[in-house]
Amino acid sequence: MLVRSPQAALQRLFDEVGSVDQIGIDERVAKYGTRSIKKAAKVWGLRTAVTMVDLTTLEGKDTPGKVASLCQKALRPDDDVSIPPVAAVCVYPSMVRHARRALGNNSSVRIASVATAFPSGQAPLKTRLAEVKAAVADGADEIDMVINRGAFLAGEFGRVQDEIAAVVTACGTATLKVILEVSELETYDSIRAASFLAMRVIRPGDFIKTSTGKTSLNATLGNNQVMLEAIRDFYLDTGVAIAMKPAGGIRSAKQALTFLIAVKETLGDAWLNNTRYRFGASSLLNDLLRQLEKEKTGAYQAPYYFSEAAESY
Amino acid sequence: MPTASVVKKSSRASQRFANRVGRRAPELIFGDLWAFDPAPESADPKLKPRYNLFINGKFVAPKGGKYFDSINPANERKLTEIALAGPADVDAAYAAARRAADGVWGKMPGRERAKYLYRIARLLQDRAREFAVAETLDGGKPIKESRDFDVPMAAAHFFYHAGWADKLEYVAPGRRVAPLGVVGQVIPWNFPLLMCAWKLAPALAMGNTVVLKPAETTSITALKLAEIFQDAGLPPGVVNFVTGAGDVGAAVLNNATPAKIAFTGSTEVGKIIMRSLAGSDKKMTMELGGKAANIIFDDAPLDQAVEGIVNGIFFNQGHVCCAGSRLLVQEGIAEKVLAKLKTRICSLRVGDPLDKNTDIGAINSREQLTKIRALVAAGVKEGCAMFQPQCVLPPKGFYFRPTVFSGVSMSSRVAREEIFGPVLSILTFRTVDEAIEKANNTSYGLSAGVWTDKGSRILKMSTELKAGVVWANTYNKFDPASPFGGYKESGFGREGGRQGLLDYCKLI
Repeated sequence: MLVRSPQAALQRLFDEVGSVDQIGIDERVAKYGTRSIKKAAKVWGLRTAVTMVDLTTLEGKDTPGKVASLCQKALRPDDDVSIPPVAAVCVYPSMVRHARRALGNNSSVRIASVATAFPSGQAPLKTRLAEVKAAVADGADEIDMVINRGAFLAGEFGRVQDEIAAVVTACGTATLKVILEVSELETYDSIRAASFLAMRVIRPGDFIKTSTGKTSLNATLGNNQVMLEAIRDFYLDTGVAIAMKPAGGIRSAKQALTFLIAVKETLGDAWLNNTRYRFGASSLLNDLLRQLEKEKTGAYQAPYYFSEAAESY
Repeated sequence: MPTASVVKKSSRASQRFANRVGRRAPELIFGDLWAFDPAPESADPKLKPRYNLFINGKFVAPKGGKYFDSINPANERKLTEIALAGPADVDAAYAAARRAADGVWGKMPGRERAKYLYRIARLLQDRAREFAVAETLDGGKPIKESRDFDVPMAAAHFFYHAGWADKLEYVAPGRRVAPLGVVGQVIPWNFPLLMCAWKLAPALAMGNTVVLKPAETTSITALKLAEIFQDAGLPPGVVNFVTGAGDVGAAVLNNATPAKIAFTGSTEVGKIIMRSLAGSDKKMTMELGGKAANIIFDDAPLDQAVEGIVNGIFFNQGHVCCAGSRLLVQEGIAEKVLAKLKTRICSLRVGDPLDKNTDIGAINSREQLTKIRALVAAGVKEGCAMFQPQCVLPPKGFYFRPTVFSGVSMSSRVAREEIFGPVLSILTFRTVDEAIEKANNTSYGLSAGVWTDKGSRILKMSTELKAGVVWANTYNKFDPASPFGGYKESGFGREGGRQGLLDYCKLI
């Protein structure tokens, strides 16, 4: 009889998906920072990053007006019309209908909504599923859910996974992003294990996502790398391509380029587009625009030359 | 049970995949969707058109008046010309070293010698970029390695030994130490500046003076270091550089003056030196070849192990005496590791060493390239399966694709001989004892790597592996405080740490 403790259950899952050496990961990702991206490659990287942004506002003080302004920024990030729109806006469920009104029905910018009692996930499953359905009914194209970290840490992996599967069903045709909230899982081993739990029940093209942006530690190159490697292993094993979204803490263009280099060198060309990779961010967008402007004119512009639409994470 | 649903879901996933039988297996594409623009390091290496010998604190022309060309292995163009030393020059260098040992350096208090060493270390840091570019031009190693490893580590060796210079009474507790006098040193071409620092710093800290011969293909950074010695006001004759090929090396090693000979290079040359010095009362340390085993157990974190394999064999184009050139993988995971390794190698960038994005640069010389090609051809002929990524190599210069041989047996030449290039041989094992036996079944014993999640196994392996360094869950880690040296035909004596200092002193 196998021991039924959280540690034992965790151990069996780790044995199955393999472990991660923290020092090794940190050394690997440090090398991405030494890549030197210049000229045309830099412009390509910056523009691609713009198209990958999920422009986000997740605050208690959000209003329909602010969401409308966010949507406008998402459609036209810059005065320069050659700059492409971002991938999506990301808002709370109550703001989805306002975002839909602002964007209309034929917009290339998608509407993502956090749901499932974001950010804690501490609500009954029934409530969480109802929230997902409501957001989809209001017009959300994508749902960002949080996993049940309490259940994960208690070793109840079946429960974690069944809940994700229930949300998949509740989503209907909407794309799902599964937030692991990496800072609460703490170790790279747990992040890898949780990635596999999620990937085994979501659909091709669904995302796994690092964090809510509501805790002290969000997306880092390290946890991004662990999740990219999990996606790669899962893809090579099953042929199912899962997408990735780091969120929170990516504020500068330089950081975004380094994350993209990690994607290029871990998952290859097929993941270098916004159906497979996104940035959950808001202040990142204006830094990308500022760097693009610098590449064009050779001079840095003052931050106030770029319109602000959101100032949260 | 929680895991039951895991298994079920996993089989559902594989079911999905099985439904598309007939399609190609999933593959990752490492193409040129996001090709990086060239990013050459632009610092000026400040090369002179001609370098003279460095004897008695001055650059002097060789008595024979001859010079040889130093070329850039990345494009085969001439960089500068280097003085060819003759026997008379070597004698002059030793005479200067003798005077400096007896007159100034040997008598100087350790705390005073420390000041010079600190000054050298700081001056080297000040000119780090310049030295990194010079090192890359001269030797072909990628700029990111010379910038992030060679130059900072060279400075670190001077700093570390500067710290020892006023604490020498603690090197051998209960004993007093005295310098040996004059030391003769010959260093290889794989880490030209770092080997210089590695050899010079402990010798100088201990109060010895030195005649050193750099390798003929990579003399530039040693001679640039001589400029730093001048700037640091190092007393004349404390360090002397004589340049040239093997005959100059022989003259340095066979001279009657030195009390000790230190050599880093091939086992073949090491044996010749030991034969010629047999019967003399000279002390010797030898740091020779290696054919290290990098051992991966089935519980290891595989992606990090793959990273360690890549770092172990492709660092500095595999021109590393402690390179992890034999990969021993536990049978159950051999296929998986090979697949992961192939994927990883496809994202390595081979090309212009001066480009900041280059992972694998140029092979040091045509001679070395010929040797690597011959051994790889032997591997293919012996029936080992070869994998090379399809990267484009520059048209001119000495380049070799990263190469992996699988299905290698212990008797293959590629498993026994030191290739000193970016060539990895993969062997398998089943049990811990078999791994140890295979790892030790070599005439070398410089280093080894062990990858496992199990701590007690690491301790067991490190005890039983006959290797001077055993890295656990990492590879190619160096520190001035950590002694480095070999077992068996990998040499004797240690460099670095307290043990390294002991090889440069007399105990009284």
